[in-house]
Amino acid sequence: MQPARLAAYDLACRRGDRLLFRGLGFELHQGDVLQLAGPNGIGKSSLMRILAGLLRPYNGHVEHDGTRALADERPALDPHQPLGEALAFWRQIDRAGQSGGDEARADFGLEDLLDVPVRYLSTGQRKRAALARLAASGARIWLLDEPLNGLDTHWGASTQAAIEAHRALGGIAVIASHQPLQLQSLRMLSLLEHLP
Amino acid sequence: MSALWTIFRRDLTLLLMGAPGRGGALLPLLFFLAVAMLYPFAVGPDARLLARTGAGVIWVAALLAAILPLDRLVEPDLEAGFFDQWALRGIAEEGVIALRIVAHWLSFGVPLMLAAPLSAGLLNLDGAQLWTVEVGLLLGTPGLAAIGVTIAALTAGLRAGAALGGLLAIPLTVPLLIFGAGSLQPGGEGGLLLLAASSLAALAIAPFAAGGAIRAGRE
Repeated sequence: MQPARLAAYDLACRRGDRLLFRGLGFELHQGDVLQLAGPNGIGKSSLMRILAGLLRPYNGHVEHDGTRALADERPALDPHQPLGEALAFWRQIDRAGQSGGDEARADFGLEDLLDVPVRYLSTGQRKRAALARLAASGARIWLLDEPLNGLDTHWGASTQAAIEAHRALGGIAVIASHQPLQLQSLRMLSLLEHLP
Repeated sequence: MSALWTIFRRDLTLLLMGAPGRGGALLPLLFFLAVAMLYPFAVGPDARLLARTGAGVIWVAALLAAILPLDRLVEPDLEAGFFDQWALRGIAEEGVIALRIVAHWLSFGVPLMLAAPLSAGLLNLDGAQLWTVEVGLLLGTPGLAAIGVTIAALTAGLRAGAALGGLLAIPLTVPLLIFGAGSLQPGGEGGLLLLAASSLAALAIAPFAAGGAIRAGRE
């Protein structure tokens, strides 16, 4: 397994003319899981996008070793396609093995939904599909924006189990979530401490 | 490479076959034929007048047909998060856009060229004129596709982006229209060269302009 690392140094984020947070930094190594906490609108999703490299920070920088994968509220699955084909599209791009994909689909209970067009899936089912894609991508760094939103207790627990398994294999996860997580050695970062 | 090939296959399937809410290659094609069909009704069946002005009408119809699918070229994928996921995998926006221009051209430029003989019949163009129209479309439609995808990327995510896109596309495509229709005038063969030049310029700029627009849209 290649080493994985995700570090943020002195990050600040500005949206419009409002500074959301500043002076935010952390360093994550293999097997670290970080939960981002804070009320709505404090910039958790923006921080997630900065960590993913999709948004430029106003200040500071992000370093990473290992590939990153993001699961946010947009599943990036073609609405008209059956779920199986929509996931297969990403499996081809990720060049992930068939077995990894099957395993992820089983972990998130998607086998019975593979023939269902994505637009007929419920919010929770779509979320599970996005998480399955992330798990199958083989990325070392998972960025999860509200992964438990829309999931019932059972699948919420399964998702946490998947994160735990990823951690045990030396992966890194950053989770923005309002809900308490039952994960071992979970680090917390409250964005309230980094208000400007 | 295989990732780009997978993306291209998806683009082509979506743009050719369409999907619920996305339409396919058929809509611009029917629109193109409808304009050619309506024109003789509007100006009357004077064969000489039609032959003189028909080629220009084909070009106007082609331009309008290119505008028709603008709102589904980039917007749905941006909305669904596809571009973000590609960016995370290190696939540059420019590459995706270049592929999309090719797919868009295949799904609207080529059908238009196939439909041009039918339009030419409706507009009483002779064989030589039809040949010039076909060559002109071959040279000009790649430029139309490039401008279309660029505009689509620029207006994606905006409210009323579709209407705005149409308005923005018209002035940018005017050179293609002038050179394309101009090449049909007696002694206008040079127009084809200028048409090819405009098309190449649009093709060269488009991936970078559209890629930049998508990245700027994330801020």
